[in-house]
Amino acid sequence: MDLSYDLLTNAIVAGVLLGGFYAAVTIGISIAFGMLDIVNIAHPAFVILGSYIAYLLNTTLGLDPILGGLAMLPVFYALGALVYEVYYLAFERRGQESLRGLAFFFGLLFITEVALVLVFGVDYRFVEAPYIGPSLHLGFVGVPLRMLVPCVTALLMFGALQLFLSRTFVGRAIKAVSQNALALQLMAANPRRIKRTAFAISIATTAIAGALLIIIQPVEPSVGRDYIGRVFAICVLGGMGSLPGTLLGAMLLGIVENLTATFYGPSWSPAIAFGALLLTLALRPAGILGR
Amino acid sequence: MAPPLLQVADLGKRFGGFVALEAINLTVEAGERVGLIGPNGSGKSTLVNCLCGALANDSGTVHFDGRAVDGMAAHRRTRLGMARSFQLPRPFAGLTVAGNLRVPLLYTAAHRGGARLSAVAIEVRCAELLQLVGLEDKAGRRPGDLTQVEMRKLELARAMAATPKLLIADEAMAGLSHVEVDDILALLLRLNDQGITIILIEHIMRAVMGFSERLVVLVAGRKIADGTPQEVIRHPEVERAYLGE
Amino acid sequence: MSNRLFLPAALAFGLILFGACRAVHNDYVFFAGYVVLQYVVLATAWNLLGGYTGYVNFGTAAFFALGAYSTVVLHKLFPLPIPALMLVGGLVSGIVGLGMGYLTLRLRGVFFSIATLALAVVAQTLITNWDFVGGSRGVYIVRPNETPILGSYVQYLFLAMLVLAVIAVATARAIERSRLGYGFAAIRDDELAAEASGVPTLRLKLVATTLSGAFMGMAGAPLPYYVTYLDPASGFSLAYAVNAIAMPLIGGTANWVGPLVGAVFLGTAQQIATVTIESALNLLIVGLLLVGFVIVAPNGIVGLVHGRARGRSS
Repeated sequence: MDLSYDLLTNAIVAGVLLGGFYAAVTIGISIAFGMLDIVNIAHPAFVILGSYIAYLLNTTLGLDPILGGLAMLPVFYALGALVYEVYYLAFERRGQESLRGLAFFFGLLFITEVALVLVFGVDYRFVEAPYIGPSLHLGFVGVPLRMLVPCVTALLMFGALQLFLSRTFVGRAIKAVSQNALALQLMAANPRRIKRTAFAISIATTAIAGALLIIIQPVEPSVGRDYIGRVFAICVLGGMGSLPGTLLGAMLLGIVENLTATFYGPSWSPAIAFGALLLTLALRPAGILGR
Repeated sequence: MAPPLLQVADLGKRFGGFVALEAINLTVEAGERVGLIGPNGSGKSTLVNCLCGALANDSGTVHFDGRAVDGMAAHRRTRLGMARSFQLPRPFAGLTVAGNLRVPLLYTAAHRGGARLSAVAIEVRCAELLQLVGLEDKAGRRPGDLTQVEMRKLELARAMAATPKLLIADEAMAGLSHVEVDDILALLLRLNDQGITIILIEHIMRAVMGFSERLVVLVAGRKIADGTPQEVIRHPEVERAYLGE
Repeated sequence: MSNRLFLPAALAFGLILFGACRAVHNDYVFFAGYVVLQYVVLATAWNLLGGYTGYVNFGTAAFFALGAYSTVVLHKLFPLPIPALMLVGGLVSGIVGLGMGYLTLRLRGVFFSIATLALAVVAQTLITNWDFVGGSRGVYIVRPNETPILGSYVQYLFLAMLVLAVIAVATARAIERSRLGYGFAAIRDDELAAEASGVPTLRLKLVATTLSGAFMGMAGAPLPYYVTYLDPASGFSLAYAVNAIAMPLIGGTANWVGPLVGAVFLGTAQQIATVTIESALNLLIVGLLLVGFVIVAPNGIVGLVHGRARGRSS
């Protein structure tokens, strides 16, 4: 195997761009799982749902997918609030979130995937946009716009959320509730409402993430499964609820995955993230235990 | 003279940058009744967790019954004879009251002296323990059906089922009425009469003063006093720590 | 009924069932019945770790498929009779369960569950890239010519799975009433308190994971001879993961009856449905039932029945 520096640099650049996108997909889990301790394994299903809706808006109305994603923010926010309410009433309140809560989200993941298969079939769907196709060329490095635009959008979304969490009352309350719900109650804020807002935000991010996904690659219903490992691996690598950590972890994973795909073939990609997750869990227990 | 039952030397524990415990030295002789007091957040529960193995201490050593137990898993320490009750009762909600006692009987009592207890012996012991704490007629009920004080009694009974040499009772009386506190105190004294060393962690002053032969005071992760109850309460630092209490 | 009586009684019941199926003179009963029995094993195995010990395994497909693929490997090297294949499949998946448990069981339960998801994908990727077992194209398995004991080969497979199902259920029942079962229940209800009570939680969790994985591997071992064509997509099908979870949760996780009820009910319903409705719709209904039951009837069908009985007597 020749170590061509052109190939290597391109692979790393692509990996960074991919990582930016992965961060966008993961940020919802950083909030839901990292901060609220809700193991929403159905998160990738919402992302895929976002992709399909962006696809519909693109093919019927000619709407740019990112604009489509933005338009869907309120809908996904409401959906997230609804899911949280069901979760809270059925599980969190009864203290049964471990077994049955997990089964609930797994059921949602499954139902979403199968429903999409029934409605759209298993063919790959893709969107059309002016930036899908052309690439920037900086020397020998090719930067495909269809990777650059999602990465930039992801970073913007990150910046916005980071500001929200550190500057607004609700944002800081969310960080507080992740540490101590009782203290929050004493501050006269309602933990349940704060958690609902936070979870709704985490689902709202999937509207954008889904749009970005279908820009980067064609989508079919089972694509979500590849992302389960990725988002949890990144969340754990990044140190749970930390947003900057998520970004770093995502970039790291993006680079490793892309390098492997470039030099060993793409069929190993799904295993990389999961393998990384297993290794991280096995070797870094002190950082994760007893939260 | 026999070595002390529990010997803690220079124990330390931190959580990230926060120092929960620092240079804790404690010696408990067999059969003693030791009270452990301190303001909220002083590290009492952290100390209990370090002693019992729920947490690993960062520095220092813990010797129990002559053996070094640092790094030993909690279940092995229980089998050696160290039992604890939890501050907030943690019953096995899916098992009956009797079932709750069977767990330590099956997994701990067996290990004292080699052979496993027979099924009959377990039932006998279970009934004895229930009678000791006054829960005989609740044997078939679920912990969810019990009152607060009954849950605390179950918590103690479960610790007792492990046939401990040392029992650490972590705020077993919090939130109970005057009469209920006396109830639990009487039970603990009975246990001590049977030869069990007891460390009582409490906020209720009259209980801890009356019960303890020796009092240890923890403030902000450090031990600031260790002596008879009369000596300790006159200690200036202790007065300062409890000013306004 | 003591353990000593239950196993022969259940075997006798199973043999009567087998005889009844023969009387129908239609091999389809055996085809469909095999799948239902397979799910009885999977559901019971899942529940050992899920319902008894409280740890959710999303990677049933991995343990199941590894059992199937060990058979494929052996078929190509030197074929063995079905019971031997089951033992090998059980061994392979049991070891994988042990290994995975060792890596992740020191952590919180949710990390174990996420790791099982990871395992399923990693295992599938490895098998897909392994040409010896056919890779992504799949592999054709020819059934042996002679059938030991009786009529058609499918009847033989059915009988083997029937015996395995009886053993699995009897094992679950025996564990439930044993010291091990108390340990599992303590871990499920409060792991910290279990440790404080002297329960060696890590060791018991490893036992549960190994046993559960082993039974799943045993259930998967005859699969290649049943389907005659096996590829990773079908071997690792999400249907196995969902059903293995849905059946105990719908039937009831508290004891051995729940997974049995869930598997028979849901498995039979699906077998009937595959003839009439699209398989994707079929799975959608399973998913909806799972979510519905988990929200509304957390103790499953068995729980509902018990609730009624208690209500009537009080």
